[in-house]
Amino acid sequence: MNKLNLMITGIGGQGVIAASDIVSGAALAAGLDVKKTDSLGMAQRGGSVISHIRFAQKVWSPLVKAGEADILLSFEKLEAARWSHYLKAGGIAIVNNYTVPPPSVSLGKECYPDDTEITGILKQRTDRIYFISGTAFAKELGNVKTLNTLMLGCLSIFVPFEIDIWRDCIFGRLPPKVAKLNFSAFEWGKTEMERILNTRRSA
Amino acid sequence: MKKLLSGNEALALGAYHASIMVAAAYPGTPSTEILENLSRFDDIYAEWSTNEKVAMEVGLGASYTGARSLVSMKHVGLNVASDPFMAAATTGINGGLVVVSADDPGMHSSQNEQDNRHYARIAMVPLLEPADSQEAYELMSYAFDISEKFDTPVLFRTTTRVSHSKSVVNVIGSRKTPSRQPNFCYDQTKYVMLPSYARLRHPLMEERLAKLAIYSDTFPLNRIISGDKRLGIISSGVAYQYAREVFPEASFLKLALTHPLPKEVIKQFAGQAEKLIVIEELDPLLEESIRSMGIEVTGKELFPITGELNPDIIEQGGIKAGLIKAAPKQKSDYSTPKLPARPPLLCPGCPHSGIFFILSSLGHRSSLPGKPSRKPKMIITGDIGCYTLGANPPLVAMDTCACMGAGIGEALGMEKAGVDDKIIAVIGDSTFLHSGITGLVNAVYNKGQITVIILDNRTTAMTGHQDHHGTGITAQGQQTTAVDLAQVARGVGVSNIKTIDAFDIKALRAGVKSSIESPELAVIIVQGACAVHIPKSANSRAIEDNLCDTCGLCLLIGCPAIRNEDGRVYIDASLCIGDACGICQQVCPHKAITSTAIKDEKGNE
Repeated sequence: MNKLNLMITGIGGQGVIAASDIVSGAALAAGLDVKKTDSLGMAQRGGSVISHIRFAQKVWSPLVKAGEADILLSFEKLEAARWSHYLKAGGIAIVNNYTVPPPSVSLGKECYPDDTEITGILKQRTDRIYFISGTAFAKELGNVKTLNTLMLGCLSIFVPFEIDIWRDCIFGRLPPKVAKLNFSAFEWGKTEMERILNTRRSA
Repeated sequence: MKKLLSGNEALALGAYHASIMVAAAYPGTPSTEILENLSRFDDIYAEWSTNEKVAMEVGLGASYTGARSLVSMKHVGLNVASDPFMAAATTGINGGLVVVSADDPGMHSSQNEQDNRHYARIAMVPLLEPADSQEAYELMSYAFDISEKFDTPVLFRTTTRVSHSKSVVNVIGSRKTPSRQPNFCYDQTKYVMLPSYARLRHPLMEERLAKLAIYSDTFPLNRIISGDKRLGIISSGVAYQYAREVFPEASFLKLALTHPLPKEVIKQFAGQAEKLIVIEELDPLLEESIRSMGIEVTGKELFPITGELNPDIIEQGGIKAGLIKAAPKQKSDYSTPKLPARPPLLCPGCPHSGIFFILSSLGHRSSLPGKPSRKPKMIITGDIGCYTLGANPPLVAMDTCACMGAGIGEALGMEKAGVDDKIIAVIGDSTFLHSGITGLVNAVYNKGQITVIILDNRTTAMTGHQDHHGTGITAQGQQTTAVDLAQVARGVGVSNIKTIDAFDIKALRAGVKSSIESPELAVIIVQGACAVHIPKSANSRAIEDNLCDTCGLCLLIGCPAIRNEDGRVYIDASLCIGDACGICQQVCPHKAITSTAIKDEKGNE
């Protein structure tokens, strides 16, 4: 792995920025040039969040160009659809199978797209779409906030930095009392992604 | 040592390594993290000032004694600080003074996207623009040297994409203990701007600018990167990074000191390029200056003057000019679906939710799902803070938002103009201390009858929870005297003052109703700590399906924890903060909302 355009998206409060910091730190530790930038609008939470991460031998722009993201890692389904135009043809979409209706949907003014629509939007770019029951498992693990490292575990299958690098970056970025649980979530995500890929291969 | 730093972290570290002694700022996106980072060093003095003007004056005073000082703010903060900034440009400095203006092209979190490079021209001071974190770090030591060498404050302009992007910094420097003991040199001709002394300064400023122009041509970070001579690109800031990405073969003149411009270097570069273009964000400052030198150049006819640039936009400009071939086919075969937007919201348990729900309801702003909308009544003037989100649906309870502190003056102006509507000004606690007090003094003195609601959430929330002068804790964590907002109101002559709990819906409704009917100016202080500071309670609220008739009233609070999925209204227990709030429970006309603890008991019966 020596070059990647990655986008991480989700909703304010889901840990997108921390996830983006961890993977950027991992790329630096792996000896690469890295740039990352986040867009999070005005508020602390609740809004759409997108993080661009680029690493290579030399990186100029921190922003990924539309249609040039190798991987889109999304913590929520609608956000995956919203940012899918950044994916390159044949890129990889890893999507947390989780719905958060925005206010206009709750107030009955707009409709949340169903799974077929979301898949259809992503399929304009790629067939490599992987839905992960991330939030459900993070809850089972006892802390829904581990979702971000769990999703990074899924990502790590396609971004094969050494496991020690990932571990150091998770422990370096998160408070000690939750880092261990987050690393378990990371490992679960990794195993789950492997399982999904194996199932697809054998199918 | 290589580190991954944001632009703001890098320039704070650069300033620390440049031996600053004093730093002052008011929080404002995208500048806030600069002072946050500096405040962690215990061998410098760092403060949150009441506003940017005060921060500039603190920085200037420190500089007058010979101490290096840094002042940072967002772009519109420099409007507030422009008076002392211009004064600093006139008197000059003693210890290096660097003024960081973090601009926000694209208005990620701002009310306008003014290009603050103009300020360098007005003030006749040097302007530095970093293009990434490495430059933000390196330019800082140049900035202080230039400031002292030319007896001038230096304007250091970043943008959101530089301040908030992280990139690799090779940290080569370290802090040297300042060599000079701060010492004020009494010199009225330099520091007392009576007209007779000020007249002496103006020619010196002109002379300074001429010397800086010569220096600019020698500045090592204004540099030519030789490439294909058919296309020469002049750029600065993050636009340079995008341009390198899109035109990898071209020749570049990368500028970091952009005022005054390095004219000889520009002439030399232009002479070598067959076609010359300028790529800069917002206003055509470089372009117009270069054209005025008699050099043929293209810029804003290819790249937009509004909004933030990105590589896609620059690529489109390149295609338009025939400099690159059209984008590969895959980009055009994607159809963008219409998806529901996800605007930022007030948090679950936000102490602003209750009062805005009341204003929305009394002011006829929101209507229940399926019910027709009503004509608004009661004017609500506002300004800048988390509470500006009260303008968003479903609350729609803010009618103006111009700049920090504007609501109180606007409300008085509306009243004096003679509108019939009741007028309420809402303002946050930090904003009130920033620039609301003078407006209140004026409104009281001029016999206004408006209602002023101060939203006291005990923090500067929107910029990431900085303490302010009402919290009793300094930027470096020391206990101090907190401003008592009610005492301030009393002190300026308000007699009708109410303090109301932000989570008591009945009291809020009664308080607003009685205040707007009052024949004199009324102040309501709505007190409730920011939800981010409240530990989550176990007793989140829940909706009893058998009691809920899905009327949708609770949805009008705009709480992100309350949702409607396929006609069923429910509360997301992982988001609800529970007992500390309880607004929805008070609002529900069917008593269908209970605490989960009570619900569980019932379940066990």
